[in-house]
Amino acid sequence: MLRFSALLISAILGTVIAFIIISGIEAFIKGSGLSLFGDVWNPNAGRFGILMMIQCSVLLAVSSLFTGWFLSLGCCCILNGLAPKFIANLLMGILTLMTAIPTVVYGFAAVFLLVPLIRDALGGTGFCWLTASMILSLQGIPTMTFIMNSAVRSLSSETKITATALGMTPIQHLSRVVLPLSSKAMISAAILGLGRAIGDALLPTMLAGNAIRFAKFPLDSMRTLTAHISLVLSSDIGGGEHFSLLLSGALLLTFCAVISFISRRFGRKINL
Amino acid sequence: MKKFLFALLFVSLLAGSGIANPLDAFKDLEGTLDIAGGTAHIPVMTQAAQDIMTFNPKIRITVAGGGSGVGVKQVGEGLAGIGNTGRPLKESEIEKYGLKTFPFAIDGVALAVHPDNPVKALTKDQVVKIYSGKITDWKDLGGNSGTINLYGREDGSGTRETFTDKLFGKGELSPSVNVVNSNGAMKTAIAQDKRAIGYVGIGHLDNSIAGVAIDGHVPSQENAASGEYPVVRNLFMNTKGEPTGLTAAFIDYIFSEPGAKIIEKSGYIPLPKSK
Repeated sequence: MLRFSALLISAILGTVIAFIIISGIEAFIKGSGLSLFGDVWNPNAGRFGILMMIQCSVLLAVSSLFTGWFLSLGCCCILNGLAPKFIANLLMGILTLMTAIPTVVYGFAAVFLLVPLIRDALGGTGFCWLTASMILSLQGIPTMTFIMNSAVRSLSSETKITATALGMTPIQHLSRVVLPLSSKAMISAAILGLGRAIGDALLPTMLAGNAIRFAKFPLDSMRTLTAHISLVLSSDIGGGEHFSLLLSGALLLTFCAVISFISRRFGRKINL
Repeated sequence: MKKFLFALLFVSLLAGSGIANPLDAFKDLEGTLDIAGGTAHIPVMTQAAQDIMTFNPKIRITVAGGGSGVGVKQVGEGLAGIGNTGRPLKESEIEKYGLKTFPFAIDGVALAVHPDNPVKALTKDQVVKIYSGKITDWKDLGGNSGTINLYGREDGSGTRETFTDKLFGKGELSPSVNVVNSNGAMKTAIAQDKRAIGYVGIGHLDNSIAGVAIDGHVPSQENAASGEYPVVRNLFMNTKGEPTGLTAAFIDYIFSEPGAKIIEKSGYIPLPKSK
């Protein structure tokens, strides 16, 4: 029975993935005259390039992963002995609370609090790469911290007596023994964070400004693939806009598949 | 006091039952009505369809977009009962398909800035230059110096279509236009940003943002209705020949009082049914 359910779920997932990939390829072939991978988005002129969106998606995901991952590592260390117990408990409470906050609340609060702050302090419109990246990394912290924390906690209790017997202080124990041992969890936290960062549609749509161009500076307005999909809900079947959406979807899926594939290969190697 | 309230409630109930409910027309109807065409019409059509289908579940109404061209084609070829357009029908279309047209709402689009912005009037030419990126500083328009922050709507938005058709024209938009995906989000963005310029459906103008006069024409509901304000278009429903049955009842509902409420709520100005 369990095996049957597993097969069924895999079959459904497989169909969905195949559907998205196939329609993406079809869009690419049928839309070959529309320069889908070009750098011009001008529906009136029949140009539906999504190169800018690809660049923005990658930039935003990598930048928010970068800050988010380091902050999560910090949180994880605080939870495991870097700070007094009550601070650790407080942080744990906040992180648990954060997982319960819907993304739209982050976005809404940022529109009214962070966007004006950035606009007044740094210029521009405030709807930009920097704003979106800050909130996106904040949003990813709890998940990444919990993954790191569970690995660090179990490894820490396994090695604690030995480390203490060798005369290590708790901080030495954490930084020299536990953290290196839990590198696999660190990497899988990063992979999961990257997948979420590249796949989030709501925060980029609300905060990144959605201008169609290559982003060069943190204050530039940018449009990610996901925001593009949510903004261009084309109602006609088969037009250039429609193709660009299908292609965006297939690309996003491919990104995530590649990331998770690499992480598995990588993870296995480290374990040996 | 309590007695008085009850009496009031009683009177209001009596008064309420006296007025015929426009939905009663759908009581004995059943079947399917397909609606297709202009995207600006979709909120009005969907809300009306929901009201009707809730009142009588035997009726099924589908609403699809596709744009004005699709609307004409679908209704002309009998694929949809009502084809919506955001422009008057062409002579050739009326002749070819034998269409009957019903203008039901005015969709006006107002350019808006932050209330503190001293620039409250622009010429059409200036607007084109602003949105194509040729004018980038408020001081070139007589305002306080500072970069102009451009806001626009997403592809497929009816508001954007009216803005492009009636004001901006065929030129190329500046790539630095920030895109928001609703009238509400546009208002929030402009209300917070002193250097912003954007556009909203005229029904959405309020104290939080300031409308900009175009060539001296002030955007307001009255001016849009009288034809004084130029950035407007009518929204049309079109049928093949004289509408009958469910289609006729649906069109009458759009022109009824609850229909007008839906139109206003979607940010448009209702029009009376023309003979």
